[in-house]
Amino acid sequence: MTWVTRTALVAGLAFLYAPILVLIGYSFNASPLVTVWGGFSTQWYGALLADAPLLASAWVSLKVAVLTSLIATVLGTLAALVLERQRRFRGRALFTGLVLGPMVMPEVMIGLSLLLMFIGIGLDRSLLTIVIAHATFCTGFVAVVVAARLRGLDRSLEEAAADLGAAPIRVLTTITLPLLAPAVVAGALLAFTLSLDDLVIASFVSGPGSTTLPMRLYSRVRLGVNPEINAASTLLVGLVSVAVLVASWLTARRQKG
Amino acid sequence: MSGTPPRLSLDGLTKSYGTHRAVDAVTLDLQPGEFFCLLGPSGCGKSTLLRMIAGFERPSAGRIQLGDQDLTGLPPHRRPVNMMFQSYALFPHMSVARNIGYGLRGLDKTAATARVSDLLRLVRLEGFGDRRPETLSGGQRQRVALARALAREPKLLLLDEPLGALDRGLREETQGELRAVQRRLGTAFVVVTHDPEEAMMLADRIGVMEAGRLVQVGPPSELYRRPANRYVAGLLGDVNLIPGRLDPGEAGGIRTVETAYGPVRGIVASAMADGAPVVVAVRPEDLVIGASGLPATVAETTFLGDRLRRTLRLPDGSILRASGRPTDDIPAGSQIHVGFAAETAAILPA
Repeated sequence: MTWVTRTALVAGLAFLYAPILVLIGYSFNASPLVTVWGGFSTQWYGALLADAPLLASAWVSLKVAVLTSLIATVLGTLAALVLERQRRFRGRALFTGLVLGPMVMPEVMIGLSLLLMFIGIGLDRSLLTIVIAHATFCTGFVAVVVAARLRGLDRSLEEAAADLGAAPIRVLTTITLPLLAPAVVAGALLAFTLSLDDLVIASFVSGPGSTTLPMRLYSRVRLGVNPEINAASTLLVGLVSVAVLVASWLTARRQKG
Repeated sequence: MSGTPPRLSLDGLTKSYGTHRAVDAVTLDLQPGEFFCLLGPSGCGKSTLLRMIAGFERPSAGRIQLGDQDLTGLPPHRRPVNMMFQSYALFPHMSVARNIGYGLRGLDKTAATARVSDLLRLVRLEGFGDRRPETLSGGQRQRVALARALAREPKLLLLDEPLGALDRGLREETQGELRAVQRRLGTAFVVVTHDPEEAMMLADRIGVMEAGRLVQVGPPSELYRRPANRYVAGLLGDVNLIPGRLDPGEAGGIRTVETAYGPVRGIVASAMADGAPVVVAVRPEDLVIGASGLPATVAETTFLGDRLRRTLRLPDGSILRASGRPTDDIPAGSQIHVGFAAETAAILPA
């Protein structure tokens, strides 16, 4: 590596991660003023534990993320199986587009359209509506991750199982799904993190009593940033990072084997 | 097994992709307990044919019959036929024993366990039951795949390039084992291979495929001695092809062909019109150097230990290859005559 490429790499990574590092650093600031360093302290993490509204939001976010990842994983895996293992069927290209579309659609649009639909069908906004909304856009991500693994899976393994007398459902449960498991878990973790840090869509479809953590943080920030928010954000970053690392480790490990 | 094992009949089996016919109207009867090889280059349709028998490809036309059971429309898991895959397709997340036992779901636990250990013994892998496939060598994996495919006592075993992934030394050893297992069980085997030597070594009968068609079926010696066309003649070994025209007037098996070097005699394989352009196919070991025959010059002699390989030049410069006993020393440049017995020469369409 020459010094040019090395500098470019450092500058690029700094551009991406310096703000997050600053945030993490200031979460250990003893001073209540966000931009003035007053020595090392963990007091804001303590304050966090005493902040009932914030904890309630965190609990909402966690419930939403878990439910979302469950639904999105089941739907996304099924979609991937159809995309990769079905014989050609009419409307396959359209189906692919429809499954993957929500990944690239503007979030404001997804949020607004879902809000209109929920009002239209008379569904009260609640934790449930957030879960439905998150599942719609997370399904595509799970489908992409699982389909990629499925494409790399030797088809003759499934054929061999069928040849040995296994009906299609037994092939699926004893061969296909066990071999897909790492990708399915990776997809689930991805859906979990996507749901956990979504602000835009949740803002449209949440109801009273179902304020998610990103929504709570955002509303607090509008009243002024304090180190407690830095602390909460740091925890959120940590959780998401762990999930993403585990997901990519699972994906990488399978590709090797 | 009770009664006579059923036999496999393919009737006009065809697989088309658009206008391309990967398998073109193949009709074939397999004898019970027979070791049959489908031989041909890659893309000749032999694997597609095998996959249709296994049920992975739906035939575009034709029927597959096993005894009095019609298999044509049955899905793979309902066919009393098993297949050994080219890649072996061992389940990576299961032990060797669970791989072999996968097809034994109908049996109770003790019977299944006993069957698995029988099979492990059959393929000489006792003590390997708890291993994962990835910890085995290529030859061991091949044997696990064979044991797994035999577990359900199939009436017919299909093997797709069973030795393709093994290196040369192991191949010859494994060919012998495969033959021995087949003889012992009496199950009909259908092996797909692109290697003529392997086919001749293994098979009771060989079916040669070319561009989706089954061009000739017969025992190895018959295909070698009496090939149906130039393609089969060249596939099974070195052959000299002498062009000429079929002499009119003479009926029966042995006919005369007028060549540029003089008349030669051979056996006519199929009905051909008088005066038709033909080639006379003669194996190098059937060429006899002597007092009579076509005039030629010895161009080169190569010593190969158990035999000599001679390159003979005909008056117009074309080449014949002859093999001879290493003691027959004929110096290069000698003017000789080369002939062959009519029974050893096949007259084929040009």
